[in-house]
Amino acid sequence: MTAKENLVIESKGSGQPFNYAVGMYGSKFFKELRENRKLLGTKCPKCGKVYVPPRRVCGECFVEMTEFVEVGPKGIIGTFTILRYAFIDPETGEQKPVPYGYGFIRFDGADTLFQHYISIEDESKIKIGARVEPVFSEERKGNVKDILCFKIIE
Amino acid sequence: MDRAAVIGVGITKIEANKVKETFADMVWEAVNKALEDAKMTIDDIDNVVTTSNDFWDGRTISCMAVGDASGARHKNVSCVEGDGTFGAFYGLSRVLSGSYGTTLVTAHSKGSESVSSLITNAAFDPIYDRSLGMDMISACAMQARAYMHRTGTTPEQMAMVSVKNHGNAMLNPLSQLPMNITVEDVLGSEMISDPLHKLDCSPVSDGCCAVIIANEKRASQYGSLPVWIKGVSFCSDSYFLGDRELSKAKSLTQAAKKAFSMAQISDPLSEIDVAEVYDAFTYQELMWLEAMGLCQDGKAGINLEKGYYGIKGKLPVNPSGGLLSGHPVIAGGLIRIAEIVKQLRGEAGAYQIAGAKKGVAHGVNGLCGQSHCVWILDQEK
Amino acid sequence: MPKKRVAIVGTGQTYHKSHRPDVNGQELINEAVKRALQDADLTIKDIDAVVIGNMDHFEGINYVDCWSVDGSGGIMKPVIKLTTGGTTGSTLAIGGYQLVASGFFEKVLIIGWEKNSESDTTGAITTAFDPVWDRLVFAGAISGLAAEAQAYMAKYGATEKDAARVSVRDRKHACNNPHAQLRREITIEDVLASPMLADPIHLLDVCPRTDGACAVIMANEDCAGKITAVPDWIWATANRHKYTYLGDVNWGELDSLAGASREIYAKAGIREPKKEIDVIELYQPYSFAGIIWIEDLGIAERGKGAEYIWSGATDMGGELPINPSGGVIACNPIGATGLIRCAEAALQVMGKAEARQVPDVNFAISTGFGGCMWSDMLLHGKRKPDF
Repeated sequence: MTAKENLVIESKGSGQPFNYAVGMYGSKFFKELRENRKLLGTKCPKCGKVYVPPRRVCGECFVEMTEFVEVGPKGIIGTFTILRYAFIDPETGEQKPVPYGYGFIRFDGADTLFQHYISIEDESKIKIGARVEPVFSEERKGNVKDILCFKIIE
Repeated sequence: MDRAAVIGVGITKIEANKVKETFADMVWEAVNKALEDAKMTIDDIDNVVTTSNDFWDGRTISCMAVGDASGARHKNVSCVEGDGTFGAFYGLSRVLSGSYGTTLVTAHSKGSESVSSLITNAAFDPIYDRSLGMDMISACAMQARAYMHRTGTTPEQMAMVSVKNHGNAMLNPLSQLPMNITVEDVLGSEMISDPLHKLDCSPVSDGCCAVIIANEKRASQYGSLPVWIKGVSFCSDSYFLGDRELSKAKSLTQAAKKAFSMAQISDPLSEIDVAEVYDAFTYQELMWLEAMGLCQDGKAGINLEKGYYGIKGKLPVNPSGGLLSGHPVIAGGLIRIAEIVKQLRGEAGAYQIAGAKKGVAHGVNGLCGQSHCVWILDQEK
Repeated sequence: MPKKRVAIVGTGQTYHKSHRPDVNGQELINEAVKRALQDADLTIKDIDAVVIGNMDHFEGINYVDCWSVDGSGGIMKPVIKLTTGGTTGSTLAIGGYQLVASGFFEKVLIIGWEKNSESDTTGAITTAFDPVWDRLVFAGAISGLAAEAQAYMAKYGATEKDAARVSVRDRKHACNNPHAQLRREITIEDVLASPMLADPIHLLDVCPRTDGACAVIMANEDCAGKITAVPDWIWATANRHKYTYLGDVNWGELDSLAGASREIYAKAGIREPKKEIDVIELYQPYSFAGIIWIEDLGIAERGKGAEYIWSGATDMGGELPINPSGGVIACNPIGATGLIRCAEAALQVMGKAEARQVPDVNFAISTGFGGCMWSDMLLHGKRKPDF
């Protein structure tokens, strides 16, 4: 059977709003970021690895982490890309503005990478291993946007 | 079926809003409780099955959030999306296949983070049903009406389920809604979707459960008391509500028959000592009991009036307080399994059923009980 | 030893296309199911259980296992849903294996499907990542893959041209596969001239967006040989879903695939995979993976992946053809993609791969990729496993 007209039903605007719990570890991180522009990781009592974002469990050792350590704010680019294609941002429902620098930052003193924007004023300077520092937002609300982006230094 | 057992269980406290905790935090707590209960360490776990739902968690690939907390970093791991009884079934299969000696099964959800009616609305067909604004409660209200019409079950009898289960919850420290209430309180509570009052409905809840399943050889190796799995079966009915005989649960009847037959139980009513069934709504406890063959069709309400289903009754049902006293979706069915395990070990504390030897646990997937999973557990090998 | 050895006895795929407005989801699923039943000469009555999966937010349907029964044939049968992101298809294959091996069911129908046209694919994938930490900058699968490619290039000096050679291979192979979506050859120049999506990934380095479904029937050793003359025996399965946060990943190598493949080689007694494996269906969503991940599989030495690709060894007619089907770069209905790899590996073992058949296949590998740089893997063999 073939239909003369293949109809489509749109469900635009029927999203499901959520209140995601940040948790005790993340809340401590964002409070410190908001109030003191400081960045925290958690340190594994067994392997000594420092995790950012901070979290309760070291997946490698399956032990609980309770020690917070300050990291950064400076660090290096672990890896990166520059996003050039348009897509719908599920957080806003709008098209995400491109291009933007997408980086994995290794804060000084951390063992894992932290995802954030990298300023792309001068693309030629964006390289793996390049040193960066965060640009803090003047109005900080206790979320990941309290850092505007990372910019290349030195 | 080859022999296998549940050798460890862990349940978090069930709460309306665990705002301090992420999914991983809840899983970490339940997993560590289960490991401690089984007298095991994570190194004794051969593989992991997590159970979650991307809609309830507001996240595609919801299992990603709980990998580290369930100790899955260097292990084979998979994820079932559905009720925890289905996750446990897959975990059991992975043991019986001979691939692994032990499986850690987890199930979590946080109803507090979303708008439940929007999440269950998304379970309706996007082409035919969804725009009508249906959700789980309105669909189940129609089912309740059909069940009442067919069987003559009364609003008072339904209310008695709520009274009994909230009362049982007074004895369960993990329960969210322990309440000393009366039939009048239930019938006087807000009408949510006729004929379901607020106290006919389970609450929105956060919680997590973890269960450890082992093959026969490993089951007795760690020193906890194994509870043996004698029969498990699951079955799905048609999808569209209009395609089903909504007042009956045909797929549950089939799943239960198969599970009882695997367990070589010919007269469930006389052989089963305790049941934990998926009482998301009051009428469902009655309807599921009948469909499972634990009660003559249409007679559950009358039996309830006679006190059959109380903690000291002929067949205690939901002595833990059931889902009416705390309903973390997805974890709901796995908690039923864990509660039966506690009963058969004699570790259920204030709501212990004296002399319980055989029990049934039950989980549900989909709208109005489309798909059911039935577990028969036994104290003896 | 498993309680029951397990084999694939039938497979079915839909007509995969970027947009299938002619069918709804259940109908798309049913198209694959009917073909698999036909291939195995079975009816739905012969099926004891259904395993189904997809990624919920591509279609926005909750409880897909329940919703899909009219298409899957699951009414009054046991139906279970597995989902693990991109790895869903291979996760389903492993699930089907486990359900049959356990002795619970004799014949199981496994279904992976996706109608990616029904939502914004990148937007939906973005919701796979942590809402608190990751969603602000993460931009779907391509952004994560670009991070991998950059790390590998910095470490081993591979080039965009090396990667393009992989795209050229897969697109050429796809011309032999009637189920592939993109069946037109391309050149290295075409790839390099295509728009840059996320440095260093060009449009022609990555998979398309596809509507499609795949169904696979697995049976136990008591009946597999009666259903088909040459069953595809499942020798071993393994997976690693290691990471919870993308920032934890060891970028530049896929250690999840290294871990899963070593487990499989050890189980099956494979010492030299390059010599003992005859064909690989690799879940390779972009070209650079064709270089990097064969190193993790132990097929090429670290840093030598590109050299091995340029040698032609992985082309049809080479010593170890990879993706005779054209792979993911030619077709990607996400929830089905891993299961298509499994079905294509089965076709190779069963000798039913027609124009894309690799001669004399004794061992085949199929893989799945997804989530937080996770991997699944299955080893398929012509001979019934002796363990």
